Amino acid sequence: MKLNDYEQAMLAGEYGEPRRRALAQQIEIGDFFDAEDFVEVAQAHIMADTESLGEAGVSFLEDLAKGSAEECKVRIPTITDPRGADFNAYQRINHDPAYVALERRAVDAFRALGVLMTDTCINYQTVMAPVRGEHLAMGDTGVVIYSNAVLGARTNYEGGPSALAAAMTGRTARYGFHLDQHRRGTVRFVVEKQPSDWCNWGILGGIIGRAMRSYFDVPVIEGLDGLKPTSDDLKHFGAAMASFGSSALFHIPGVTPEAPDLKSVFDGVPPEPTVINADTIDTFMTSYGVADDHLDVVVFAAPQLSLLELQRLAGLLEGQKLEGSVALIAATNPENKSAADRMGLTASIEGSGAILLEGVCFYQMHARELGEANGWTRLMTNSAKLSNIIGGYGYEPVLADMERCVKSAIAGRIV
Amino acid sequence: MSRTILQGHAGIGKAVTAEALVARDNFSARYDLDRIKGVFSRPAHALCGENYVGKVLVLNIAKGGVATAWMLHEMMSRDMAPAALLLNYANPIIAQGAAFAGFTLIDRFESDITQSIQTGDVIHVDPAAGTVTIGE
Repeated sequence: MKLNDYEQAMLAGEYGEPRRRALAQQIEIGDFFDAEDFVEVAQAHIMADTESLGEAGVSFLEDLAKGSAEECKVRIPTITDPRGADFNAYQRINHDPAYVALERRAVDAFRALGVLMTDTCINYQTVMAPVRGEHLAMGDTGVVIYSNAVLGARTNYEGGPSALAAAMTGRTARYGFHLDQHRRGTVRFVVEKQPSDWCNWGILGGIIGRAMRSYFDVPVIEGLDGLKPTSDDLKHFGAAMASFGSSALFHIPGVTPEAPDLKSVFDGVPPEPTVINADTIDTFMTSYGVADDHLDVVVFAAPQLSLLELQRLAGLLEGQKLEGSVALIAATNPENKSAADRMGLTASIEGSGAILLEGVCFYQMHARELGEANGWTRLMTNSAKLSNIIGGYGYEPVLADMERCVKSAIAGRIV
Repeated sequence: MSRTILQGHAGIGKAVTAEALVARDNFSARYDLDRIKGVFSRPAHALCGENYVGKVLVLNIAKGGVATAWMLHEMMSRDMAPAALLLNYANPIIAQGAAFAGFTLIDRFESDITQSIQTGDVIHVDPAAGTVTIGE
């Protein structure tokens, strides 16, 4: 890779060993993807829940934070993805205090490094929305695909270690979705059965994600332009696509900023489309069929809920009581939790017996151990992303819209 | 026994020799693994129930989320990691995790890597050269 004077000085150790090591790691990644040089980034977003970090990762952060501010503090605005524990509510869900203690150590280390603990995967709805053309180092697949597709910003998936490296160097290797040539459409879909709610947007995203052949595939989806999708619709759509596939960008002609029309998003003649119809969706849903109506827990998360999702959930739970043994858990970020408290939404949700967690996401908080501690196996959710992830943690996922999930929680069985 | 050399893109990490575990399926550490037990745990995965510790995993593409970037480092710290990962196509997360952890990774082979290696083959993986050698 070509390095400018500043980067050469950093690689020579003139800005300290931690930054030298961070840049060297970024060069290794850049070489792997044949990057020619670096690009400066405006923000970094770090995924570093303690389930992923483990003791080894937390110790790494603590060692890093022992250095001087000059050597170790982040150089650009740096925010965090959901944490692995809700310090205010962990006892209500039988979360192992040992994991909570590990989480406190990670938070202390990040603060020492100058990281803003936003604890969110919906920063684009809450903290600061990326801008078209802005180069970023975003560390959550849902954040990446939304930033690229809906907002026209430019970021690759930056896992925790590389987002932290970008925070320390202020740059990332210029490959993938930082480059114009990787932002063109490569695959085409036509949707005949249009999504009607957040769950169905997620299902559609999951179907497309499952069909992707590599990270560099960019699906272009027709048949959605008349729907005027909302931010929450596209949030569920993109998050599921990224989860089922490994996708970082999509285009919807007439909706997303880099796709004014079909022709302009493809190089040459657009490829023949794959049709997504009611049969395609029925086939997808057979993955989530269950034999009986037993239910343990209902979860609304992945991504964290927006204020408008919380409002709808509060409306569905207002005046209701979860009488049976089924738990209902929702997760949002600290900003929305504070707003929900202030606006009375938390009272409506928790008045039913449900639990509203902040700064976490269900699958990022030791979900296997939580299931064992609470006796949860059958999990119902409106999140296609969560349904894709949670099977590996020993759960049996059931996918349905928010209204049916709430009705089931109240009934104490799948209805 | 004859030798077969498979050429991929230059990779990351140290050269290793170990037994292969192969499937025409994809990879995510968070979605697919029980990292405490060292087995594939996602019911829908082609290797569900298989122990991966010390094996060279040979799979199709990287899928799913960003957690793998930390998890490779965490698994290696407990000696519960695969020996290496060979993919048709990696994504940035796998590459970033490999660079951070010093984990062995190669992708972009000249042919489908999941069809070129069989489970149980003892293979030598050389990331600097981007090669995989089957046989003595």
